[in-house]
Amino acid sequence: MSEVLTLATEVLVIGGGLAGAWAAVAAAREGADVVLVDKGHCGTSGVTATAGPGHWWVPPDRRETAVADRLQRSLGLGDPDWMGRILDLTWTSLPGLADHYAFSTDDRGEIQHRALRGPEYMRAMRAYAVAAGARILDHHPALQLLRHGDGSIAGASGIALRGERPWTIRAGAVVLAAGGTAFASRLLGSATNTGDGLLMGAEAGADLSGMEFTNYYTPALAGTNMARSMAYSFARWFDADDRELDIPNGPDVTPHLARALLKGPLFCRLDRVPDDIRAVMPQVQPNFVLPFARLGIDAYGERFEVVLHAEGTVRGIGGLRVDDQDCQTAVPGLYVAGDNASRELVTGAISGGGAVNSSWALSSGQWAGAAAARRARSTGARATDLAITTGRAGLIPRRDVRPVDTAGAVQAVREELNAYDKNIFRQGEALEASLARLDGIWKELADHGRAEGRAGLRLREAAALVAAGRWSKAAALARRESRGMHRREDAPGLDPRLSCRQRAQGLDRVFTRFEPAPAPDPLRAEVA
Amino acid sequence: MIEVVIEDRCSGCGDCVEACPSDVLALGEGGKAVIAAQADCQTCLLCELYCPADALFVWPETERVAGVTAQQALASGQLGAFRRDHGWGEHAANRTNQHWRMGAIFERARLQAIELAAAKAARTEEGSST
Repeated sequence: MSEVLTLATEVLVIGGGLAGAWAAVAAAREGADVVLVDKGHCGTSGVTATAGPGHWWVPPDRRETAVADRLQRSLGLGDPDWMGRILDLTWTSLPGLADHYAFSTDDRGEIQHRALRGPEYMRAMRAYAVAAGARILDHHPALQLLRHGDGSIAGASGIALRGERPWTIRAGAVVLAAGGTAFASRLLGSATNTGDGLLMGAEAGADLSGMEFTNYYTPALAGTNMARSMAYSFARWFDADDRELDIPNGPDVTPHLARALLKGPLFCRLDRVPDDIRAVMPQVQPNFVLPFARLGIDAYGERFEVVLHAEGTVRGIGGLRVDDQDCQTAVPGLYVAGDNASRELVTGAISGGGAVNSSWALSSGQWAGAAAARRARSTGARATDLAITTGRAGLIPRRDVRPVDTAGAVQAVREELNAYDKNIFRQGEALEASLARLDGIWKELADHGRAEGRAGLRLREAAALVAAGRWSKAAALARRESRGMHRREDAPGLDPRLSCRQRAQGLDRVFTRFEPAPAPDPLRAEVA
Repeated sequence: MIEVVIEDRCSGCGDCVEACPSDVLALGEGGKAVIAAQADCQTCLLCELYCPADALFVWPETERVAGVTAQQALASGQLGAFRRDHGWGEHAANRTNQHWRMGAIFERARLQAIELAAAKAARTEEGSST
């Protein structure tokens, strides 16, 4: 093992996707020294880089209506103040990217800020962060957080993939922006999103929220990962005998497609996509047309097989719980942003899709980054104070070191968290069985797992996937009702007593509890 | 999955090695990009965007190695197609980014679904009244 790379900085940002890049920009603007580490490459890492995020981009005079509508659809779990905050910040932030992103103009010559194409957006965000003064370390995955004796966060350690060289970065504050997890599905762009930030945060003492909302799925051409779903909003659906299925497109299409897939192969025709849209598609979503072109399939002329890819917490909702207005977690000095955080405050029980989630990443990133900078500037990096490691599973086994089946653990997560019958159509007994299986795997990894270098990273990724899977199953089991995307076949319909957010925590033993339901606001009630 | 590096085209700049989020590529002994960890490739296609020489070829299937050769990749006419559609690099001059149309396209789909539902309801009514 080569020499440890050691650095001290005021703010450390873990993860260089959309939220992490915005966090680095905001922290550097506050005048802080900022280091951003990414498992891959800031600019291509994360689910934004392969996508085309819209934003929740609403002019001031229409925001009240937008919030009221979203709040109603959040089914009791959203918060109108947070919704208003991300609308404001999205509106004022995106134009600032103009030095790095060539915003398009529409047919009337008006600049279009709402939707940015992923690869160009993330290339711009990297340039924005560098221009603001942040230092970026690519291919430097973090493995664990460090904390001070007083419980506050002291930095992180990880491994530089080139040369497999360990690193330690001491920091006055840390922003976790390591993304959500699609539970090792084949969702486009999600391969490195193994929930590492959820595990690291929980080991350091943070708790989670909304982990039952992990069952959003997206269609893709079978055999590919191409989960760009826009064209499918025009689709006609067919079974193996080429009988057209009565499946109307819209926000509730997923359970219908999943039921069809449980019976056999599912096929699609895109012949209802209008000609003018077909013509422009390569310049709207270049990656959508690519698999068809290379495989020699006429996307709009012939039928083709489709599957659904699990989106886990990515277009699901759960993550580390935000504990204050600055996106600090329950752990002092540990901030969280983007999909690493629970998005219930702004999405409630339904998916934030592209738009609300992107606005959340942009906003939570900036709040977390700026607050981390303010904290670190007052405390300094405290680089000479004693720091304690917090990582356990895969790093400090509880019993004797033995070879563990890392690939088998990942496969088990895939089976338990992606399968349509287990994750879309949930019911108590199956959830209990999944949880028991994942508990067993966790025990094996935590008791005996230990590896160095890249193998060590893979082991930590597997542990993070299993941990996230356990929180998801435990939360889904405890929420004995159906609300938003969480669908219990054995408890259909809303239970008014559960109109509140649910927290999850624990590693060796997982537990959850519901927050007290908020008291009805007398003013709002009067208006209603 | 990334299938092949066209050696004659690769300049050895290393941009793809830096850009790959899954650390699949490396610079080989000959100074050209090599596929070092094919199984880790997530088929994100971004290496193709970051290769100014259009020397990389990704096959859309994620579950298996297709075994595409350099000759087949060259013959496909697809080398550099993704970069061109994006208007990346030198293509910026003649390919505009039309991504902003997404909102309007989704709206067209929503209206189409409403129309189809209305037509279906009308048919059902007709059926029940006859």
